[in-house]
Amino acid sequence: MATLSFKDFKSDQEVRWCPGCGDHAVLAALQRALPKVSQALGYEKERYVVVSGIGCSSRLPYYMDTYGFHSIHGRATAISTGIKVANPWLTVWQACGDGDALAIGGNHFIHAIRRNIDINIILFNNQIYGLTKGQYSPTSKFGAITKTSPYGTVEHPFNPGSLVLGAKGTFFARSLDVELKLNEEIMTAAALHDGTSVMEMLTNCVIFNDGAHRDISDPATRADRTIVLRHGEPMIFGKERDKGLVLDGLGLKVVKIGENGITEKDILVHDAHCQNPGVHMMLADMKYPDFPVALGVIRDVKDVTYDDGVRDQVKDVMKKSSIHCVDDLLRSGSTWEVE
Amino acid sequence: MGHIVIDVSDVVIRFAGDSGDGMQLAGSLFADMSAIYGNSLSTFPDYPAEIRAPHGTVSGVSGFQVHIGDASVNTPGDFCDLLVAMNPAALMANAKWCKRNAMILVDADAFDEAGLRKAGFKTDNPFLELHVEDRNLIVAPITSLTEESLKDFGMDQKAVHKCKNMFTLGMACFIYDRPLDYIYAYLERKFAKKHPEAIAPNRKVLQDGFNYAANLQMIPDTYHVAPAHPKKGTYRNITGNQATAWGLLAASEKSGLPLFCGSYPITPATAILEELAIHKSLGAKTLQAEDEIAGICTAIGASYAGDLAVTTTSGPGLSLKSEALGLAVMAELPLVVVDVQRAGPSTGIPTKTEQTDLNQALYGRNGECPIPVVAAHSPAHCFDAAFNASKIALEHMTPVLLLSEGFLGNGSEPWLIPSMKDYPVIQPPFAKSLPEDGKFRPFERDENMVPKWAIPGQKGFEHRVGGLEKNHRGVLASDPATHQLMVNEREQKVQKIADFIPELEVDGPASGKVLVVGWGGTYGHILSAVQKLREEGVSLSRAHFDYIYPVPKNTSEVLHSYEKLIVCELNSGQFASYLQGLFPDLKIVKVGKVQGQPFLVSELVEAIKKEI
Repeated sequence: MATLSFKDFKSDQEVRWCPGCGDHAVLAALQRALPKVSQALGYEKERYVVVSGIGCSSRLPYYMDTYGFHSIHGRATAISTGIKVANPWLTVWQACGDGDALAIGGNHFIHAIRRNIDINIILFNNQIYGLTKGQYSPTSKFGAITKTSPYGTVEHPFNPGSLVLGAKGTFFARSLDVELKLNEEIMTAAALHDGTSVMEMLTNCVIFNDGAHRDISDPATRADRTIVLRHGEPMIFGKERDKGLVLDGLGLKVVKIGENGITEKDILVHDAHCQNPGVHMMLADMKYPDFPVALGVIRDVKDVTYDDGVRDQVKDVMKKSSIHCVDDLLRSGSTWEVE
Repeated sequence: MGHIVIDVSDVVIRFAGDSGDGMQLAGSLFADMSAIYGNSLSTFPDYPAEIRAPHGTVSGVSGFQVHIGDASVNTPGDFCDLLVAMNPAALMANAKWCKRNAMILVDADAFDEAGLRKAGFKTDNPFLELHVEDRNLIVAPITSLTEESLKDFGMDQKAVHKCKNMFTLGMACFIYDRPLDYIYAYLERKFAKKHPEAIAPNRKVLQDGFNYAANLQMIPDTYHVAPAHPKKGTYRNITGNQATAWGLLAASEKSGLPLFCGSYPITPATAILEELAIHKSLGAKTLQAEDEIAGICTAIGASYAGDLAVTTTSGPGLSLKSEALGLAVMAELPLVVVDVQRAGPSTGIPTKTEQTDLNQALYGRNGECPIPVVAAHSPAHCFDAAFNASKIALEHMTPVLLLSEGFLGNGSEPWLIPSMKDYPVIQPPFAKSLPEDGKFRPFERDENMVPKWAIPGQKGFEHRVGGLEKNHRGVLASDPATHQLMVNEREQKVQKIADFIPELEVDGPASGKVLVVGWGGTYGHILSAVQKLREEGVSLSRAHFDYIYPVPKNTSEVLHSYEKLIVCELNSGQFASYLQGLFPDLKIVKVGKVQGQPFLVSELVEAIKKEI
């Protein structure tokens, strides 16, 4: 098998996102992650299918030199599901935005997660409708001023992580568009995970919602305001690596190592494989300024997948049934002869 | 004691009772038994919308009509020879369906003061009130006779009452000279595994019902309908929904592509999904989706990945699928969409039949969005219709809408079982070679305007499809000329299908004054009406459309051979308007009905007579 490089995944189409859009970086990370995934799993390029809905980020399939399906608003998850059930051998990647996946496509999103179908969903979360030029989305902050909320929204946003975990998701990761290396790492982990993998990418829309994630994305303060979680490693963060998370009663608490007798040993160790989603939920819910925002793979647990279930059931019934062709079927049950 | 057996050519029996009274079972057993005996037949279940509507009320009445004959039976019959009414509500709802000389069998035990009031009777004589007092009334205490019959079985009252339908069926078997062996065998089969204790009581009640009728002085004559001497071969009874599911499985086998069905439960289409879910041994994958949109979108995904993809629904569900249908048109993917039509608009009357989705099927999408439309015309014909719809979809790379109807889906008829060797192989246009530049062109077409199908996993054929307008290379194109070209080509692709479907056939003279036209499930009623008029000496011809868009190639020639067209359909004239649009010079008369019920042959005869 020939080794694939990021160039193999670049199509000949001109990338038409705005200069400075966060989507460029996510695309680059995907084009860099897939060769590694291919290497690790022995996949050829024709095995990849990239599906999307509607929105800026949903243009992504055109920029990938793979099989691609740019579908309709909100429905990418249902289309991905059909592809994977029809041919589980294919590796399905999906690009969708916060409006696409969580507003118009919310139903398909939660049900794919409930079924745990083996698809990889990159959720581009820029907290705004970009393609329609600046209306609030289901992840826009409470009070956000946009074209359709000139006096501020009066509705609470979804936290995609809570939604995924609430639907018994088996894989959830979060990152910032600019974290190229981390994103490659997350995408590789998602590819290796059997089941629905949701990767929330906090992306910046330079035109309609510039700086939506500035609090945590600014390089000067990012290390103090985010925490990168890795399975088996202590939950330590900060430019000086001097802060950490501990359990405090039923919640989490930020502590400073070296203060009040706290040592590294007191800091929680991340267990992404823990079946109980309690701590994962608390981690996914952490918000700046009270907490660092959790990045990296927050949850990655094993469970049966829908596509395996469908395939195994078909095989099983095939073995047991006495009906093996349509002629058998037509003559099954009550029939009678006319002489 | 001797009684006379009178030979009759056909009879119609209507079983009616509370929706828990087991009338559907009694009716279908009577039908199956008659089919095996060799009668031609047609059935029509008439359910209430509620699963268990309030006991004893008219809204909770469930009916099952079966029409058996010694020659070709085309419809479930307009009016019945025997009405079984298990309670006053059933009589109230169904007395209007009795022939002048009908026999009416009622359960006397249910005709008490409370029962009569619940059903809305104002007096103590329901027969007089409904003006059926002169019919042959058989007032039998069916409930107490059933209780008496089972007194030694130690069953609770609820279980005993569940056997009332067998008592009634036993009586009907006596009246129509049917042997009980078939039903005995059925009871053995049904209860052997899970409820062997139920076999003996049901058998006893059935026998006691038969004997009771034999001893009853009120039934001096019984009737016999001779076998219809159908073509030699192996037969079975089949409902339209079952036949649809099996036709899809047949297409899967003949194309070598696994079947995928993504659907959301909806009356009256659900039985297709249920039937397919059973047949995993034939490789069928069924996905009960989270909603109608997911039903079609998972099917589109499965089609893209190379399966024979199907979604099944009824009118409201088709409305929800509209946008995704457009996607399938744009992505040029094969897909079969089955719409088992019901009374609309909106939720309408879910359990009642209509043909009111034709306009939606033809036009219900944004943009210039042509989709072939085909229709099934009888329960058994649903098999061929589903097979043909799949063949068109797969060989012409297009979604296809198959219109069925509640009347067809739930109705049943005996079916001479075909052999799969008599069905053609289905050959989708798989992409096999790349052009010289090595770049697959997903929307380049062959001489029939059909693009090639490259399925993910095929090395070197990577390409993108989707809802945005593209050029032949699959590259986004929003320039005016390309859009016009692609719109034209998608339309031409569908028009070209006319070269591959059978021509329109005419029953009767090839030209003349009047052509009676129909489509879909009105087939049997129109056929019977035309036969009746011919018996009365009227000369007229008849044509029935199984292919609606595109129409068969000879359609213009056929239709222009008559001075006047009478188009009969269960809507306000949708197909008539469609034909008028295609052929503005034709003289077309609309005969429509929108009552949630099939035509009566008699009303068609009257309507046609008025126009000739």
